[in-house]
Amino acid sequence: MTMGAALPHDSAPLHVTGQARYVDDVPLPAGSLHLAFGLSSCAHGRITSLDLAPVRAAPGVVAVLSADDFPDMPDLSPSVHDEPLLATGTVHYVGQPIFLVVAETHLQARKAARLAKVTYQDLPALLTVEAALAANSRFEQGPILWTRGDIGAMAQAHAVVEGEIEIGGQEHFYLEGQIAAAIPQEDGMHILSSTQHPTEIQHKVAHALHLPMAAVRVEMRRMGGGFGGKESQGNALAVACALAAHATGRPCKMRYDRDDDMVITGKRHDLKIRYRAGADAEGRLIAVDFTHLIRCGWSQDLSLAVADRAMLHADNCYWIPNIRIESHRLKTNTQSATAYRGFGGPQGIVGIERVIDHLAHALRLDPVEVMRRNLYAPMGCPPQTTPYGMEVEDSITDKILDRLIQTSDYHARKAAIADFNAASPVLKRGIAVTPVKFGISFTLTWLNQAGALVHVYQDGSVHLNHGGTEMGQGLNQKVAQVTAQVFGLDAGRIKITAADTGKVPNTSATAASSGSDLNGKAAEAAAITIRDRIAAFIAEKHQVKPGTVRFRDGMVLVGGEAYDFARVVNWAYQARVSLSSTGFYATPKITWDRVRGQGRPFLYFAYGAAVTEVVIDTLTGENRILRTDILHDTGTSLNPAIDIGQIEGAYVQGAGWLTTEELVWDGKGRLMTHAPSTYKIPAVSDRPVIFNVDLWSAPNREDTVGKSKAVGEPPFNLGISALMALSHAVSACGPAYPALNAPATAERVLMAVNRVRDV
Amino acid sequence: MAQVAFLLNGTPVRLGNAAPTQTLLDYLRETCGLKGTKEGCNEGDCGACTVMVTDQGGAKALNACILFLPQLHGKAVRTVEGLTGPAGELHPVQTAMIAHHGSQCGFCTPGFVVSMATAHANGDRDHDTTLAGNLCRCTGYAPILRAARAAEAAPVPAWLQSDASFTLAHVRAEGSGETEGRPGEGGPGGASSPPGPGTTAGASSPPGPGTTAGASSPPGPATTAGASSPPGPGTTAGASSPPGLRATTGDASAFSPTSSDDLADWYMQHPDATLIAGATDVGLWVTKDLRQLPKVAFLGGVTDLQHIERQGGQLHIGAGVTIETLRKAILASHPSLADLLRRYASTQVRNAATIGGNIANGSPIGDGPPALIAMGATLHLRRGDAMRSLDLERFFLDYRKQDRQPGEFVAGLSIPAAAPGLRCYKISKRFDQDISAVCGCFNLTIDQGKVAEARIAFGGMAGIPKRAAAVEAALTGQDWTLATVHAALPAFATDFQPLTDMRASAGYRLQTAQNLLIRYFHDLAGTGVNLLEVQP
Repeated sequence: MTMGAALPHDSAPLHVTGQARYVDDVPLPAGSLHLAFGLSSCAHGRITSLDLAPVRAAPGVVAVLSADDFPDMPDLSPSVHDEPLLATGTVHYVGQPIFLVVAETHLQARKAARLAKVTYQDLPALLTVEAALAANSRFEQGPILWTRGDIGAMAQAHAVVEGEIEIGGQEHFYLEGQIAAAIPQEDGMHILSSTQHPTEIQHKVAHALHLPMAAVRVEMRRMGGGFGGKESQGNALAVACALAAHATGRPCKMRYDRDDDMVITGKRHDLKIRYRAGADAEGRLIAVDFTHLIRCGWSQDLSLAVADRAMLHADNCYWIPNIRIESHRLKTNTQSATAYRGFGGPQGIVGIERVIDHLAHALRLDPVEVMRRNLYAPMGCPPQTTPYGMEVEDSITDKILDRLIQTSDYHARKAAIADFNAASPVLKRGIAVTPVKFGISFTLTWLNQAGALVHVYQDGSVHLNHGGTEMGQGLNQKVAQVTAQVFGLDAGRIKITAADTGKVPNTSATAASSGSDLNGKAAEAAAITIRDRIAAFIAEKHQVKPGTVRFRDGMVLVGGEAYDFARVVNWAYQARVSLSSTGFYATPKITWDRVRGQGRPFLYFAYGAAVTEVVIDTLTGENRILRTDILHDTGTSLNPAIDIGQIEGAYVQGAGWLTTEELVWDGKGRLMTHAPSTYKIPAVSDRPVIFNVDLWSAPNREDTVGKSKAVGEPPFNLGISALMALSHAVSACGPAYPALNAPATAERVLMAVNRVRDV
Repeated sequence: MAQVAFLLNGTPVRLGNAAPTQTLLDYLRETCGLKGTKEGCNEGDCGACTVMVTDQGGAKALNACILFLPQLHGKAVRTVEGLTGPAGELHPVQTAMIAHHGSQCGFCTPGFVVSMATAHANGDRDHDTTLAGNLCRCTGYAPILRAARAAEAAPVPAWLQSDASFTLAHVRAEGSGETEGRPGEGGPGGASSPPGPGTTAGASSPPGPGTTAGASSPPGPATTAGASSPPGPGTTAGASSPPGLRATTGDASAFSPTSSDDLADWYMQHPDATLIAGATDVGLWVTKDLRQLPKVAFLGGVTDLQHIERQGGQLHIGAGVTIETLRKAILASHPSLADLLRRYASTQVRNAATIGGNIANGSPIGDGPPALIAMGATLHLRRGDAMRSLDLERFFLDYRKQDRQPGEFVAGLSIPAAAPGLRCYKISKRFDQDISAVCGCFNLTIDQGKVAEARIAFGGMAGIPKRAAAVEAALTGQDWTLATVHAALPAFATDFQPLTDMRASAGYRLQTAQNLLIRYFHDLAGTGVNLLEVQP
């Protein structure tokens, strides 16, 4: 069996020996140039003077480009035309590129970029959601509002809780920073880009150069991490390189220094969620009212879809009869917040999990009991619908919770924690479980398509290409296993190749956890086309039905004979059978009206749950994860080793988001945490001391590739259990609800301890 | 320009005109085409550029992005490419990383693999410590830990063992006729030992005898480390230190003295120079501030400042002692300080950074000074032939301003050989490799239930590392009770008016500083206060 085998990442031998090539490792022709942006130091203002003479005079500088050089400033936006490559007269955030330096070396470009003399006339800078709300600075005309039922039903509730939670943003901190290179061709441009979206790069470069897309080829072998941060944020570098290469006739490369990367590029949307929720005495939800105040930054980017997904996950696993969700997409003078693993979904889920935790506290119930009483009807029962009208046909949260509560020994440990806390004046432990139900498909329905290209060569070797991009998630390995399965070959015989807009066109971003669902199906289709041609050919030769031909263990079995795959392929070649095919896949069943907020935006849901135990220091707020148990739904896993890796990594990244990863802007809109010295992603000792991950591997009820489920984003949400466990630990200090904000840094935990003690 | 000779993946390299502040990372990637070593942050915080550097003190993981070429003189460098055997055989940690799915995007992987291989070579199995300087964003670390454990028992590959016997003579023997030293210095007879495993005792033995000599001997008068012969790694290094080190002396722009006398003479002549020991901060002046450093001195060869010696009740620590060497030396004598130093940056940084640099830098958030001040450390400064000593706390005058004259440098410091009352508490957003928001160090002497003496110092609470004089006064002479502690808390506001910044708010800093005194009380009383000791 190839599909479903726990094989290592295809590039692992290259990774560990340093041979895996990233964009910056590809040798460029002699004479290549290097680029750097000069950045705005003003959050909002008009540029009153821009003296670039010192920049031009700096050693190694070949050219300096600014707004004056572009009568028609190229645009970078993935959504609307609101993101000029370089500021045109007005700057909108600290870090916005104002000019572009082209120099002989990377260091010369960086040095020169700091020499400009820029003056600004300050304009009012909106830095917070409150300021933007007050100024009515937003994308779209007004808030988006979805309602079901009547939240007036809250009047019948036994308990009503009300509050606001602040949820911080998150820097992607892909280890490989943004980078692109452009190599001019005789009749177009060849781009190497660390991007999740080669077609978007192609589109933006073609537009900037006034070329047809067919004249631009974008190649992407691998990224050193993406996490959503390379869905649109690589456009600037690729377009800058293309323009400079076009202007100079020389290859150009641009990579951001880490600090520049963090200052220039967008991050996860931070937000505030105001909530009011009512439940009966047993904790059954009666009505929930959410207001999302989302800080989108200066340009629209993907914010509308992110904010939509936050609303789409405001229910998480729970059936809420009366619900109102109001979403404000606020425009501020900060980096343009962008895609980040979960794409708004995690923010929406934090909101409802906070409500569950708060209600449980108010009702003196275990949060797990409140959860159980509100779960969507399990798969097999008549389905209940989400607030946006989709039937939840595949809910398995009940089964996952049951098994996880048992395997993690949740109740006994919770009792032991109570004993520990009673005897420990300074250190307090906490434990919490949170489930996840995550919708799989792009909510922009037309993005749910993918293509692949498979060649079988006359020696029996197989070349695989598809529209997805490898950022570490093991997509190429999974798709290779799917392809190998079709041909009955070992996965190692499938040659994996770089994503290339010249091979598979019109690709969607590798995003929304969709990579293997979409590209796996497309590659499978391409491989089946070729396999069926070979089967038809060899069946005819043996006078049997094509359906009786089997491809297994590197052999082709036909009419009682067994031939080596390569031999049959060579015969087919000589018989003039086409051994190359494209494959295509479009996700079925989905329909979505985003204006009305109604439809079936998702093909299916992926489920999971985590139990996290923490300990806090009530004198300092310092905190630490002691143990995490996860049970996560992968359907029939395409590769359990890769899926476990995704789950472990996603959990730690999610827990990091909600604990140590704090983005801080000063009063002038300057990001103060712009390097790993000040922005703290989890380090090795921050992983749970005990970390148990299990897969729930019942087949997907939908017809997905190999009956698998998407795994990139859903387990990110399991990190929310760490936040709720901290809340539980704080609640050991006093009677009041901790109302813990995120990220729950030591400081925020101590503030929460102070709060519950003050009552 | 500087002359530099080192071994790179087993091959001698001689550079006649290395730019003094060219980083090893740029050299590897841009000049050598060795692209396996990655740039993740260019400031020594992510570990993607980790290389293994072996010298007489053994194999160390270092960050290549903030390591200047002259710092490598006379050492052996291994990059990820050099971990693989001559026929492409994988190193055991590489095999384990594949088998345990330890790489996803793969960009941090070379750095991890080099850190793991270095720890493996040293037999160090405290993976949480040896890998604290390597960030991974994909895996959540669990599979990397599994790989590290799986590789523990495998032998060190034979092809790595030549690094330990590398000396400058090796380069001379194998290099061309070009000399890289001053005529007459470092002749082949001098320090050279024939290449081959195990010939240099210092290289294969664990960090020097002196590091533990002082620590493990019972406190008592006149137990000088000298009794146990070679008193420390510095001496070991000094003994085998090839005179050729001095040969890197180039023009005035980059001087590499081999003794403190050399340094003192030269620095008097060139008081405007930048002294570079580990370059863990100066490196960032170059990679981030893009500064030109027209005149520098590299202190790595000043071996006589790299000793730790015990004299009577005092431990004398040379300014050039690295944080990691110091940490290991004081594990038994000053366990709380050793714990604090374990959380001082990362293994890579501790292997480069020196205690003298940490002090001379004058940062208000350095972790060394508060602990040292709480112990009553004495600082030794030298200017030309003139030595002077002062209480360490008097060295810090104001924000980034120290009592140091032009041409004067930190030569070393003295601390009590034991400090049983010392407790050091570091508060930061992340436990490992983070800069303190607050670092509180307490050293009280309790006599018959009363506070006989109180020394309390904080980092992160003022523009300088500073003593809590009012708090000390409120405690001194009082009964050592929780009531006394609470009565002393308001005095913190007298001592400190901290700032709000990206690490913490002023209010948090002040409350936490107060609470750390409460923690100290519980800690001495044996109540559980250490989060890191809680087991699941």
